[in-house]
Amino acid sequence: MPRELMLDEKTAARNMAEIEPKYSSQEAVVEANRCLYCFDAPCIMACPTGIDIPGFIKKISSGNLAGSARTILKSNILGASCARVCPTSVLCEGACVMLDRDELPIKIGRLQRYATDYVFENDVKIFDPPKKKSGKRVALIGGGPASLGCAAELAQLGHDTVIFEKKEHAGGLNTYGIAYYKLTTETSLKEVELVKSLGIEIRTGVEVGKDIQAKELEQEFDAIFIGVGLGHTYKLDIPGEDLPEVVEALEFIEELHVNPLHEVPVGRRVAVIGCGNTAIDAVTQAKRLGAEHAVIIYRRGEKDMPAYAYEYDIAKKDGAEFVFHAVPVEVLGKDGHVVGLKLARTEMGEDGRLNVIPGSEFELPFDMVIKALGQEKMTDMLKGMFPDLELARNGVIQREPATGQTNIPHIFAGGDGANGGSEVVNAVGEGKKAARAIHRMFTGETVEGPVQWTRIGVVNAKPVGSGLDNPIRVPELETTYSAGGK
Amino acid sequence: MADLSINLAGIKSPNPFWVASAPPSNTAYQCHRAFEAGWGGVVWKTIGEPIVNVSSRYSSIDINGSRMIGLNNIELITDRSPETNFREIKECKERWPDRAIIASLMTDSRESWHDYMKQSADAGADGVELNFGCPHGMCERGMGSAVGQNPDVIETIVGWVMEAAEIPVIVKLTPNITDITYPARAARRAGANAISLINTVKSVTQVDLERMCPEPYVAGKSTPGGYCGPAVKPIALSMVQECASHPEVGLPISGIGGIANWKDAAEFIALGSTSVQVCTAIMHYGFRIVEDMIEGLNDYLDRAGFASVNDLRGKAVDTVQRWESLDLNYKRIASIDYDKCIGCNLCYIACEDGAHQAIALVDPDQKGVGLGPGRLPGRPVPEIKEKECVGCNLCSLVCPVHECITMIDVDNGKEKMSWSDYQEKVAKGEMEPIPAHP
Repeated sequence: MPRELMLDEKTAARNMAEIEPKYSSQEAVVEANRCLYCFDAPCIMACPTGIDIPGFIKKISSGNLAGSARTILKSNILGASCARVCPTSVLCEGACVMLDRDELPIKIGRLQRYATDYVFENDVKIFDPPKKKSGKRVALIGGGPASLGCAAELAQLGHDTVIFEKKEHAGGLNTYGIAYYKLTTETSLKEVELVKSLGIEIRTGVEVGKDIQAKELEQEFDAIFIGVGLGHTYKLDIPGEDLPEVVEALEFIEELHVNPLHEVPVGRRVAVIGCGNTAIDAVTQAKRLGAEHAVIIYRRGEKDMPAYAYEYDIAKKDGAEFVFHAVPVEVLGKDGHVVGLKLARTEMGEDGRLNVIPGSEFELPFDMVIKALGQEKMTDMLKGMFPDLELARNGVIQREPATGQTNIPHIFAGGDGANGGSEVVNAVGEGKKAARAIHRMFTGETVEGPVQWTRIGVVNAKPVGSGLDNPIRVPELETTYSAGGK
Repeated sequence: MADLSINLAGIKSPNPFWVASAPPSNTAYQCHRAFEAGWGGVVWKTIGEPIVNVSSRYSSIDINGSRMIGLNNIELITDRSPETNFREIKECKERWPDRAIIASLMTDSRESWHDYMKQSADAGADGVELNFGCPHGMCERGMGSAVGQNPDVIETIVGWVMEAAEIPVIVKLTPNITDITYPARAARRAGANAISLINTVKSVTQVDLERMCPEPYVAGKSTPGGYCGPAVKPIALSMVQECASHPEVGLPISGIGGIANWKDAAEFIALGSTSVQVCTAIMHYGFRIVEDMIEGLNDYLDRAGFASVNDLRGKAVDTVQRWESLDLNYKRIASIDYDKCIGCNLCYIACEDGAHQAIALVDPDQKGVGLGPGRLPGRPVPEIKEKECVGCNLCSLVCPVHECITMIDVDNGKEKMSWSDYQEKVAKGEMEPIPAHP
């Protein structure tokens, strides 16, 4: 059976509404007032972009919403999407001191969303143009979070940037690859506009290696940042994989971002192979689109799943089903359509390897199969663009973690293509680090921080007066820390 | 970007936010940290003959889990020598020439005041603030609030100070007095350049019922201290306004009392303050709070269309008038948004027992208001008895839901009539007296 279930417009909109709606002003202030405004707060340490979290929350509490958003976006230009998609329970909120007082952590993600929405809704000017232009130009390949983070930082440091994006819109996974109920296309595109407002040029519909050659970029630009992300989902390599109802998870998610919600068809019985966070997005989305059964098939057990616990909870609440310790051995088809999966049971061998139990095969009826097995590295594409670029053995771009610099000095990299696949916030953080390294290469200047001013104390000054006999020294900091007060 | 710079009686600072004379302004180290954070000025912890302090020194009150709504202290002025303090002022001023440093002073004899004035000017201080306010310890020795509570003594001492004044003189007033304009006018008569207010309010925050002794506890005894923090802000605002309005005061004002964020500061400025001073919020959270204050005030001024913070100054002063000038014919009543009402009925019981019996509890079905955000079926909902409602605001004050009960103006077609107008009209026989409420 082809995929044919479709919801009416109203139901689709309701099912796909954001799972954590925007706070009302009262909710936001009440929640903000719970924040203790810790000094040297653990939540800041836990944020890969080092947002001054107590600082922005305090500003919500005082009614300084533009300032609150400014604090967020100066550290993380994609603060609005990160507010929605960050795994906060294992990052900032997981570090909240409230947990040590046996209370719920401050809802940092939702407060961050409240503050950043204010900017979009009120057209607030957040950034001043850079004081001086360097005349240097940087090309960024790929328009996802890493490149946006890198370009935003470069633009603020006075360098010209051009992003090359092969798709119709920039934003990468934020625009096309995150479950719609977490992050709408609209939000991601607004964020892209915010990046553009810094004077960044984004050439969409331009594929490097096809529409323009990497060599041309090397000639035309002073540095290159590779933020290409990852490729297609790994193959199952089993019979029946080519049937039309076998799709990749990211393609399925993208369908909702490029089509009206009520025009995306889904099967009645949907299997999702894999149990990472993308698999959860896919199975939940299938359920919300009206699938009668949406089943995760995972080769290991519940305790081994790579998905975050809160993602698993979302899926369970949506009524997803789970088959653990099973692998697909064949996609069953009839008349050119998927009718089911042949599965086999697995067990952990004494050598720690996962074995398929011979003779354990069984069949389950499905009319749609979604592959969520992780994404391939872009090895061929990268080698095609830059034959001398060194790749790690697992296919990611080899780079200096602190700077993003590759073996080719003027080429830098960050994001999934370099880290093998991580969160949006990590991609932004890596883009930002690379931007600072590029800036240092151009100018010899090291961007100090920005660090929280509270950590600066009195430095680089001769002690004066009895009170300054022991001036505070700055501890070695992550260069991605944010500037609260400066 | 609005211009935040101010000039208070010749003391210039890049923004109106000053650290008040208190524990946060005790040393050069703290002064540097304050300026690093962005504070526009520091009023040094009061300089005088070094004192000896007791241990413990502070106590506070919490309200419903909010810590330090009010802070009380029995700490005295500086325990460091005048030489150390003036040397550090000089060093700080050299390093931060664009910021304001004001030396707070407290002493007794005319010679001593003259000496401190000279030392302050020599240290490069932009001005001095005379501490006539501390309600504990120093007043027992004839200083602090002992001076501030006696306008004649203020006039005498300010007179001595002005004899030796090379830099602007601010007189800091104590609120522990029935009419703040008396000491303010005395300062003016003696030639002071500005006033700052309020100093702390004499207080006992609580009694420890086990030890049968108040906090702060000092070996079985305690003493009343000086109260500050968010709890005193309304008292401070009122006194600032009184000084700003009084024609015989007419001095620039540095506002003090419970200022914790940009909004508090803007309110003090709107009621006539040129600069504002902050202590308790720093003692709670550190100097870093000034970032939000500067940014928030800036954004507010931009939004409200003020090019400079000086344009905001005093904007609300004239709206505060004597009761007799208020319009007796103005009418407002409460209005409930049933889509927001959560059914706590606090408005009902507050009005019924605490005010004017102008709210009824009615059947929600008959009223046709549904269940709102999720009220239990069958439970009554509050309804404003519009004829009975006197527009007192109480229900909107107790209502825990933002914008659920709002007060709306009622056009009763009557012309403005103040108490004074009313008295006149009745006297002239133009109207009958308004009948007493039944």
